[in-house]
Amino acid sequence: MSSKTLIRTTSALALCLTASAAFAQDTTITIATVNNGDMIRMQGYTDQFTEATGIAVEWVTLEENVLRQRVTTDITTNGGQFDIMTIGMYETPIWGANGWLVPLDGLSEDYNVDDILPAMRGGLSHEGTLYAAPFYGESSMVMYRTDLMEAAGLEMPDAPTWEFIREAAAAMTDRENDVNGICLRGKPGWGEGGAFITAMSNSFGARWFDMDWNAQFDTQPWLDTLTFFEGMMSESGPAGYATNGFNENLSLFQQGLCGMWIDATVAASFVTNPEDSEVADSVGFALAPDNGLGVRSNWLWAWALAIPAGTQQADAALQFIEWATSSDYIELVAENEGWANVPPGARTSLYENPNYISVPFAQMTLDSILSADPNNSTVEPSPYVGIQFAAIPEFAGIASEVSQEFSAFYAGQQTVEEALANAQAITSEAMEAAGY
Amino acid sequence: MARAVSNPRKALNTAIAWGIGLLIFFPILWTILTSFKTEAEAIANPPVFLAFDWTLENYAVVQERSNYMRFLWNSVFIAGGSTILGVIIAVPAAWSMAFVPSKRTKDILLWMLSTKMLPAVGVLYPIYLLCIQLGVLDNRYALVVILMLINLPIIVWMLYTYFKEIPGEILEAARMDGAGLKEEILYVLTPMAVPGIASTLLLNFILAWNEAFWTLNLTAVDAAPLTAFIASYSSPEGLFFAKLSAASTMAIAPILILGWFSQKQLVRGLTFGAVK
Repeated sequence: MSSKTLIRTTSALALCLTASAAFAQDTTITIATVNNGDMIRMQGYTDQFTEATGIAVEWVTLEENVLRQRVTTDITTNGGQFDIMTIGMYETPIWGANGWLVPLDGLSEDYNVDDILPAMRGGLSHEGTLYAAPFYGESSMVMYRTDLMEAAGLEMPDAPTWEFIREAAAAMTDRENDVNGICLRGKPGWGEGGAFITAMSNSFGARWFDMDWNAQFDTQPWLDTLTFFEGMMSESGPAGYATNGFNENLSLFQQGLCGMWIDATVAASFVTNPEDSEVADSVGFALAPDNGLGVRSNWLWAWALAIPAGTQQADAALQFIEWATSSDYIELVAENEGWANVPPGARTSLYENPNYISVPFAQMTLDSILSADPNNSTVEPSPYVGIQFAAIPEFAGIASEVSQEFSAFYAGQQTVEEALANAQAITSEAMEAAGY
Repeated sequence: MARAVSNPRKALNTAIAWGIGLLIFFPILWTILTSFKTEAEAIANPPVFLAFDWTLENYAVVQERSNYMRFLWNSVFIAGGSTILGVIIAVPAAWSMAFVPSKRTKDILLWMLSTKMLPAVGVLYPIYLLCIQLGVLDNRYALVVILMLINLPIIVWMLYTYFKEIPGEILEAARMDGAGLKEEILYVLTPMAVPGIASTLLLNFILAWNEAFWTLNLTAVDAAPLTAFIASYSSPEGLFFAKLSAASTMAIAPILILGWFSQKQLVRGLTFGAVK
């Protein structure tokens, strides 16, 4: 440990201990969180937080969709079951605007809130007020097999176009050996296939709504997006891709059955881990593709910690958030588990650290995050914030239905025209009912 | 008179029965096998059936990460409590419907069953708000009552069906001998309907054990049962199938063992009155 780190860690510890005097030793906070590698790792270090502050922590870990339903029910009814909730970029600005979250304006100077990546800070704020602190952030990018790309006689540019991706996918496809040129999400669900196709559509010039909140599925860019996607996947994608989500594609890629995979940047640490991945030594990275229209097809997401307004223990909760999303925590993980395992995508300082930037996927992750702008995600102007979603309460329900229509098209159950007409009808009806 | 069945026919029937049984049991078997694999082996293509490096690592991880005994105790308390409470309420209800029916008995039975047709999520907010007002969120007793209410129509229906098979004359004879209502139900009706009551208890215990909507939505830490335990190992972003399988095996093991030991009673109860 460097002397600088030692001083900072000691200072933070001293600060925590001083502050903890205000709390009784039996203070317990309850945290609702999602089941993923970074969150589980954090649970393992919680004892160190408790030792330093005297604040005990109870974890409620749930599957992502169950968690979303659970915390939404609790916060909308002011149930007060949780002192900290793990929420994403979609919920944060909406809940913040409704006054359901405690503004994080009491963060200490040592925490250095300005170190949070601007894209993350913007996406987790409402009208300039931060409502959730990012634990880790992600964008999406191309992960590809360098050996297959070389065998195909192609070279992946750092910033490819969709046409190149389609061409490369066709060249890498080897049906006899079950190698698919490209694996993408087609699974219904706004956070699964819905997120991918929405981000992709941005690069084709499509948008969900015009400036008057009219649905836009009857426009040419949406037809182009779906036609291109389905055409490419039929040529070079795996069988049954209409039901593939993140996990299915991760499994295929790790077994060497995908030439390319465009998905969350956090997957980079999985596919380059030799313990789980058969292709760990031959994975390259590139920015998500574009179509030359000025918008790339990568998304932006963060799992962040927020304090519900109904909690009785806001001070203890804030103390935990400061600990869990601090630079010191990142260094703690790096020290014990290596730099490749630290929670990525939240702090600028992480990407200035020479130890981290030497990790193969770090620079491309940062470039992907920096190239994503939730406030200007579409070619034509749009009234909403968000890249793979529109940050309005109605979106999750509408997008889940729309993605089912799209998946039905991928599965050959209806034509692209029918899928888009249904999507237009569903969205228009829901938006009208919501008073837009 | 029983019909004679030839040996080849008997063997064929046995083979078909075993085939169907194995088909139904296969997902559980696969879950158990996966729980002994590494995460890489769990997603291997083609899948490996038995020839893999057996490991207990997933169970160790699950034990280290979760307080299994707390989840287990909550499941036993909630499933057991709701089932027993349900039967206590349902026995007199089913008795009156079976032996003292009114013109509206069938309508009431159908109405009771119709409450099962309401999607649970439709009443999530009212129930959640009620629990907040009563201060019983994340409370085992509240879940006992809620699951009892949810399963009550099935319990009443099952008991009603069993009671209908008991000749009313026997109860009349007991009354002639001076038995009151309490004695009639406790000492005459109940002993005769023991197989039916046992199977009702078992079936509803299983239903309550597996209930995964209310137990997930109304609990956090104190009352969370094994359904919440399993949900904490499921993830759409990360391959944790082996650990999820270990958690699932630990969650279903108690009910599987209970079902194994009580299968005779279960089958006898479910076929009670089926052959006249």
